[in-house]
Amino acid sequence: MTHSVSPAKMVIFSVYVVNKAGGLIYQYDNYVPRAEVEKTFSYPLDLVLKHHDEKVIVSFGQRDGIKVGHALLSINGVDVIGKNTADGKDILEYLKDSSNYPVSIRFGRARLSSNEKLMLASMFHSLFAIGSQLSPEAGSSGIEMLETDVFKLHCFQTLTGIKFIVLADPRQSGIDALLRKIYEVYSDYALKNPFYSLEMPIRCELFDQNLKSALEVAEKAGNFGAGS
Amino acid sequence: MTVHNLYIFDRNGNCLFYNEWNRKKQAGISKDEEYKLMYGMLFSIKSFVSKMKDGFLSFQTSKYRLHYYETPSGLKFVLNTDLSVSNARETLQLIYSSLYVEYVVKNPVLSLSQSLDSELFCSKLDAFIKALPNFRLGLV
Repeated sequence: MTHSVSPAKMVIFSVYVVNKAGGLIYQYDNYVPRAEVEKTFSYPLDLVLKHHDEKVIVSFGQRDGIKVGHALLSINGVDVIGKNTADGKDILEYLKDSSNYPVSIRFGRARLSSNEKLMLASMFHSLFAIGSQLSPEAGSSGIEMLETDVFKLHCFQTLTGIKFIVLADPRQSGIDALLRKIYEVYSDYALKNPFYSLEMPIRCELFDQNLKSALEVAEKAGNFGAGS
Repeated sequence: MTVHNLYIFDRNGNCLFYNEWNRKKQAGISKDEEYKLMYGMLFSIKSFVSKMKDGFLSFQTSKYRLHYYETPSGLKFVLNTDLSVSNARETLQLIYSSLYVEYVVKNPVLSLSQSLDSELFCSKLDAFIKALPNFRLGLV
């Protein structure tokens, strides 16, 4: 098989482990696509910005790779702090003042905070249960795979209720094998660690190492591979 | 393929239409509650997905696959099928463009925000679903 170098790299984005109560006990970002755009604007600003979750995001006006939902990350090369500039002024007020122009602003997808990750994990926990309850067929599991146009979420629930969740490129195959491999790594390096208490966040070095190498193997072997 | 059931929601979360063809298991709650639960699930999935990126298409469990299509006006079409149907996007778009628009939007007597009880729409939709390739496959 020849190795084609495509601009859109096929990757595994991140791994989540959720305990049976819906708590996030492990999270690892393998690859975070950084789509960031920096642009210089003159007064008045032709984007509509608004506050959302302690951040300033674009609510209207897509242009030059800046998309609705992107967060404002830095002004004139200085990173912003939440909805304030580095020296503590409100960003929206700052941008209303024409004397601050021209201004160079960097936009991009906001990184998920650890709180948001916890929230998403427990949200998925209930979605998983509802998916099974609303099933038109008897004996259905919860959501095993959720597809969007830019990523696929794969979930594997063990008999003991632990969920292993992998977010990957939609074209990445071999995820089922990877999920089982992660389960194996979890049983070998987390459960057998005498300092690990069940249902609690996983902080084991060996688990980290082996998980990372499992992801590397899957990324190398999985692309375009037969079956998943 | 087997088509289990179809939901149509408006942008406010009202269930405009529901029909089922091969549904073997009921949710165990009243239909009204079920619509709310379904809409709530879709709403959460949308916000869940948009935290990372955009565009929810479908999900699958061990027994069925749920296909989702949302028009820019907020109308939501949800179709449950068996796992052999990998992509029902075109089917859902057709239901919207050649059934919903033709027999509901173009009907001046129907109110767009109330649940659909148009016999014409129901019978056309039923015929459309039953004419889908291999609709009866998997029926025992």
